[in-house]
Amino acid sequence: MSWETISNFVQLILNGLAVGSVYAVVALGFVIIYKASDVFNFAQGELTTLGAFICYFLIIHLQLPIIWAFLLTFVLMAVIAILIEEVFFRPLVGEPLFSVIMVTVGLSVFLKGVIGLSCGYTIRKFPSFVSENPISVAGLVISPIHLTTIIITTILVILCALFFKYSMTGIAMRAVANDQDASFLMGISVRRIFGSSWAASAIVASIGGILLSSITILHPSTSAVGIKVFPAVVLGGLDSIPGAILGGIIIGVVENLVGGYIDPLVGGGLKEITAFLILIAIMMIRPYGLFGKEEIERV
Amino acid sequence: MRSGDLKTSYSEDIALLETPFVKACIGLFVILLLGFVLVGDKYSIYIINLAAIATIGSLGLNLLTGFTGQIAVGHAGFLAIGAYSSAILTGHGLPFLVALPLSGFISAGVGLLVGIPSLKLKGLYLAITTFAFGFIVEHLANSWDSLTGGAQGIAVNPASVFGICFDTDRSFFFLVFPLTVLAILFGSNLVRSKPGRAWIAIRDRDIAAETIGIDLYHYKLSSFAVSSFFGGIAGSLMAHYLQYIGPTHFSLLVSIQYLAMIVVGGLGSILGSIFGAVFMTILPELLKLLPDLLRHSCPALVDKFADINLILYGLIIMLFIIFEPGGLNAIWNRIKVYWRMWPYTH
Repeated sequence: MSWETISNFVQLILNGLAVGSVYAVVALGFVIIYKASDVFNFAQGELTTLGAFICYFLIIHLQLPIIWAFLLTFVLMAVIAILIEEVFFRPLVGEPLFSVIMVTVGLSVFLKGVIGLSCGYTIRKFPSFVSENPISVAGLVISPIHLTTIIITTILVILCALFFKYSMTGIAMRAVANDQDASFLMGISVRRIFGSSWAASAIVASIGGILLSSITILHPSTSAVGIKVFPAVVLGGLDSIPGAILGGIIIGVVENLVGGYIDPLVGGGLKEITAFLILIAIMMIRPYGLFGKEEIERV
Repeated sequence: MRSGDLKTSYSEDIALLETPFVKACIGLFVILLLGFVLVGDKYSIYIINLAAIATIGSLGLNLLTGFTGQIAVGHAGFLAIGAYSSAILTGHGLPFLVALPLSGFISAGVGLLVGIPSLKLKGLYLAITTFAFGFIVEHLANSWDSLTGGAQGIAVNPASVFGICFDTDRSFFFLVFPLTVLAILFGSNLVRSKPGRAWIAIRDRDIAAETIGIDLYHYKLSSFAVSSFFGGIAGSLMAHYLQYIGPTHFSLLVSIQYLAMIVVGGLGSILGSIFGAVFMTILPELLKLLPDLLRHSCPALVDKFADINLILYGLIIMLFIIFEPGGLNAIWNRIKVYWRMWPYTH
């Protein structure tokens, strides 16, 4: 193999890693809600876009310094998520799965409309917060924003792992996920845990949204990333944080490899559905994913 | 009004329309509908036709999701398969009368394939899988240019049966109405016979159903097949009615619209599917009147009408699930019970 083939391959992997890390961040948001409250949030993509738009307006229209804009975005998104949880999901505790899924589907359509109505459909560019000159090492090119994404993902993963392992809230969240009734009896406020898991998830979602819109563009259609992340979440196992990260990265890399090597052979179009073909394959072979807990039903 | 009706024979007990009063009401409704179509304007007939097509589709989805409990978030995929196969088959010279059932069967075949994971997967996982299916079909419709015409879509011949061409709104009604009635009859008889009862048992508790001897493999797959058959027929009718189809007709939003129909109408109810289909068809048309109203008070909102539509869809789905999980059908039943004994309600 010539050097060029190898460097081409490594370049595809690198791009895949960068895209995959964004998937991983968004997937993380899914998993946090699912882990604590068993709600699979079809509206996660919209939360992601909403976060990016809020941050954009804070920076452009209120002229806030970037770091304050980020922090304020997190606070606002947390408040919005807690409100959503209070209003739409609190009445559904104990209701059948179908109702919960349908409410998240309804929420996604609703938020899509709200975003479109308030932000419009012009294509915007998110103000860049890192330099735009690509870094090149040994013939491989990576843009700083991709590098930042990979670094932020790594930091988020470590933070999340520490949070769930050592913090009081994190431990309480795991307890609630494991057994709601028992943790209620142990004096954990299940209400508050649901609220804080939604808030945490919305903050992670807005980080994902900011990264994603910095890499691509800021547009209401960005929320489609929520759909693309499903395969990542399922591949990793719905309730596993390392799974979500690994799933996101695997999907990102495979997608890029398919786009680079197989798409030219079949005339294109395969890259976009690779993730979903993987998804269906996982469903057939190992529905609980790489790290998810296997559900065993007792009669 | 109707109260304390005494049944003296088995055939009375299994009759679909139980009392002369119900029969008279249905008869009156059909006569009024036919009369309206004969004198009504083009636009109203257009809406009625769309509602009739949507009824067939939502019946199919309700059989699968409402009666068998298999959450399917990709119904538009089946509509797309029915529509494209019918369009392509009639494009190659096949008569409509053959292409219509054939497109239903093609769709049912794909439905069987999609149903296979349901043997292993439940609830959430199945929802995600069907979601992926809907996405893949939409993507194929968009990018398989040689077959589907890509993003531009393809023109479809108007339906014609024995030389009669159903190419106007009014004439198409006389094609779609009997088919809708047939679908409703088929659906309501299906759910009260053996397969329907098996499906309901599976929905309520699949393990218990299996223990009492219901073949899960057979009945889950048959539910998928019947549901996608209905979807395929609805898609085919839509293609021949609009005489043009493109990927936008089968987007994710359409799947959600169909789910909204059965949620709003009432899960696990035939009448509910009809209510839901009619409601969700009329609603966007009513919303189109909104821009005219807003033009004076709030002109900025006029061209935002698509987004207002989305917001209302979302709200309707969420509010119905939270406050009226039984849907319009439950409201209808309450009204019926109230009037049954009126004025002596106790």
